[in-house]
Amino acid sequence: MFTYYLDLARRSLRRTPVLTGLMVLAIGLGIGASMTMLTVLHVMTDDPMPGRSAQLYTPHLDPLPLDHKRRGDGPDPTADLTWPDAMALLAARRGVRQAAMAGGSLLLRPERAGLRPFYVAGRYATADFFALFGVPFERGGGWSAAADAADAQVVVLSDALARKLFGAGNAVGQTVHLGEHDFRVIGVTADWAPKPLFYADQTGTQYSDADLFFLPLSVAVSQKFQVSGNQSGWGKGDSMSLTSANMSWLQFWVQLDTPAQVAAYRQYLVDYSAQQKALGRFQRPPTNAKLYGLMGWLAHENLVPNDVDLQLWLALGFLFVCMLNIVALLLAKFLRRGGEISVRRALGARRRDIFVQLGIESALIGVAGGVLGLAIAQLGLWSIRQRPDDYARLAQMDVPMLLGTLALAVVASVLAGLLPSWRACRVAPALQLKTM
Amino acid sequence: MEIRPILASLSKHRIPTVLIVLEIALTCAVLCNAVFMIGQRVSAIRLPNAIDEHSLSMVGLSGTDEKTAGSDIPRNLAALRGIPGVQAAGAISTLPLSHNNWGWSFGTSPDVSVFDKKTVNFSLFFLGEGADKALGLRLLEGRFFNADDYADSSFGSAPLPETHVTLVTHSIAERMWPGQSALGKTYYTTSHYYTVVGVIADVLRPNIDGPGEAANYYSAFFPMSAEGSKGNLRRYVLSSAPGDRDRVMRAAEQKLDELNPNGVTKSAIYSDMRDQYFADMRSMAWMLVLVCVVMLAVTAFGIVGLTSFWVGQRRQQIGIRRAVGASRSHILQYFQTENFLLSGAGVVLGMSLAYGINLYLMRHYEITRMPWYYLPVSAIALWVLGQLAVLGPALRAANVPPVVATRSA
Repeated sequence: MFTYYLDLARRSLRRTPVLTGLMVLAIGLGIGASMTMLTVLHVMTDDPMPGRSAQLYTPHLDPLPLDHKRRGDGPDPTADLTWPDAMALLAARRGVRQAAMAGGSLLLRPERAGLRPFYVAGRYATADFFALFGVPFERGGGWSAAADAADAQVVVLSDALARKLFGAGNAVGQTVHLGEHDFRVIGVTADWAPKPLFYADQTGTQYSDADLFFLPLSVAVSQKFQVSGNQSGWGKGDSMSLTSANMSWLQFWVQLDTPAQVAAYRQYLVDYSAQQKALGRFQRPPTNAKLYGLMGWLAHENLVPNDVDLQLWLALGFLFVCMLNIVALLLAKFLRRGGEISVRRALGARRRDIFVQLGIESALIGVAGGVLGLAIAQLGLWSIRQRPDDYARLAQMDVPMLLGTLALAVVASVLAGLLPSWRACRVAPALQLKTM
Repeated sequence: MEIRPILASLSKHRIPTVLIVLEIALTCAVLCNAVFMIGQRVSAIRLPNAIDEHSLSMVGLSGTDEKTAGSDIPRNLAALRGIPGVQAAGAISTLPLSHNNWGWSFGTSPDVSVFDKKTVNFSLFFLGEGADKALGLRLLEGRFFNADDYADSSFGSAPLPETHVTLVTHSIAERMWPGQSALGKTYYTTSHYYTVVGVIADVLRPNIDGPGEAANYYSAFFPMSAEGSKGNLRRYVLSSAPGDRDRVMRAAEQKLDELNPNGVTKSAIYSDMRDQYFADMRSMAWMLVLVCVVMLAVTAFGIVGLTSFWVGQRRQQIGIRRAVGASRSHILQYFQTENFLLSGAGVVLGMSLAYGINLYLMRHYEITRMPWYYLPVSAIALWVLGQLAVLGPALRAANVPPVVATRSA
């Protein structure tokens, strides 16, 4: 029966090519626009560390004085940690692994002839950074906690930077002149850049950034290297020193494998805050201390720009307009076939049969519209990739979104066909047949 | 034109009528808001900026030793002024729309603190000698900085300049001292104070919020000596005839590379920097335009499709009307009036929907209230669209010969 209905639907659609074309075009455009924006939203809210994100947590403390008033438009000072707090959390070793980090941009003077000095963005971090995030190495490795303590001038380069500086040769063991200091290369990472760069400070362009070097945080602090990202100070007359207890600028991540560990760490943060409050350093309630999971933290930061949200609403509104359009056209089309339907009814077809037949016709339009929509969505994503936005280059469709596009098209057109099919299968056969 | 028969006929096709009205309403609502958002972006892209945008180019220089800035900057400037075509050159800390913002909050009384809600956040610009002329700042009142102002200014350990004179924009003057002359007035922060010696025409900040905000122009300028600049005079601005900008910029970059072998230079023409700043806004505006056009097309096709079917369905009735004396124009008018009524119902519903959507967007996104005239303008646009869309099917209807009446359907 299905193939018969399919054949009927094909014939019926062919009889009105212009109208069919309009309906396919409408659903294709609506689906294309919606799927373009849904795909953008999907890649922007995707898990940056699949398989590892469930174990990664970031602790946040509230060291602000009671009378501190945050400006409405300013960044949140409690989004980052101060140097003393980060060092205390690090020394406590309550997590399976933990690392403190901050971004920085340093001047690099290449020794290779023909290369002018240039600025390069990277990360100052503590030893566990690489194991914590599972950074893959091409050669060599990270540094030890002992190197952190000894302010060792060592650096890990990304493969892109290593290739730029040393060509195809082995970079490990070479020296890099970074921030007016010499660093010994001890490792080269394989291509690695989580999207978004979730561990970076929230002020950056997190979808297009990547770290090109990694060096010990202790060195960055002792050499007073420039720190990129937000630095919020609240001390009165206090200098803007990186080790100040009244300036937050560090990001901190910890690995916690079991729910028990998570609960224990949460308790530890409250206890730590209470202890700091007892010492007179913290003034606010210790329960202000928070522990976010990776995905929870991304949701809290809300990295999706308002424009992307608005574009999604616009696209969905557009899809709705297209669907209304199709409902109206299908209704006109089906009702005009009252004669044909009445003959089928008179020959014994049940209402349900008519309903299924017309439903299949709507679904067929949906399939054609879905294929067209897929092409339009690819075109839309291509045009987004040409745009200057931070997230533009990520706009690629994966298999679930591809299947989702077809499914959405069929669902939308079947939904659009419901009302017309229902109306059409309720025509009174006798009345119709009499007028024929 | 009698509208009662039209209404009677529409009430026979209640569901398609409601659907087409809903489609027009939704199109109208989305169109209003999208056009409003396009307008907002266009006015942001066009925000005036009282510097000589079209004669300006810039070379940034970093990586040089801060300690020798006192001799390096004058030497670099002398070399830049020697480039043929350069009309003025100066060193500056940042430029409008460069994203490189140095903000600080100030109040009008000496006892303010940084956390005070009554303070106003300014963007600070530090000018080396000659930079005011190179930028083409326009003085409205008072004076520019003199040689003594420049010589007396430096950076100490505080993140604020050690000087007591300042130039403010007209918008700052209006905000801090409404209705008074700002000249000679002083603004304060916890440890520093600055006295206004001149008021200049509105210059945009390095980062702006949205169009229509006076805060976009809260730019304050301070003098800065080369020796005391502590690495904060890193951008060299050059003014030249618009046709010379490319050549001047390349020559300047080359000159600075030669003079500062350890330095890193980065050059740009100011109008390109401005375009860059608004690039994503521009692409969003184009994308909104595209959606509007496609949506209008879909709606028009919907009207064409539905009216065509009604015409087909009513061929016999049309034939009968023609046979009993209706002229072609009567038939044409019938369908046009019908569409006028449908569009009318659609836009009335659509305008209230548009208003509702705007209220929702205002609450959840940084969007301002839509001016009322967007509503009637999009209503008229949809009315016209409807009439154009219906014209084809209506003409076909008008061409139905009266003889059809005698045939069976």
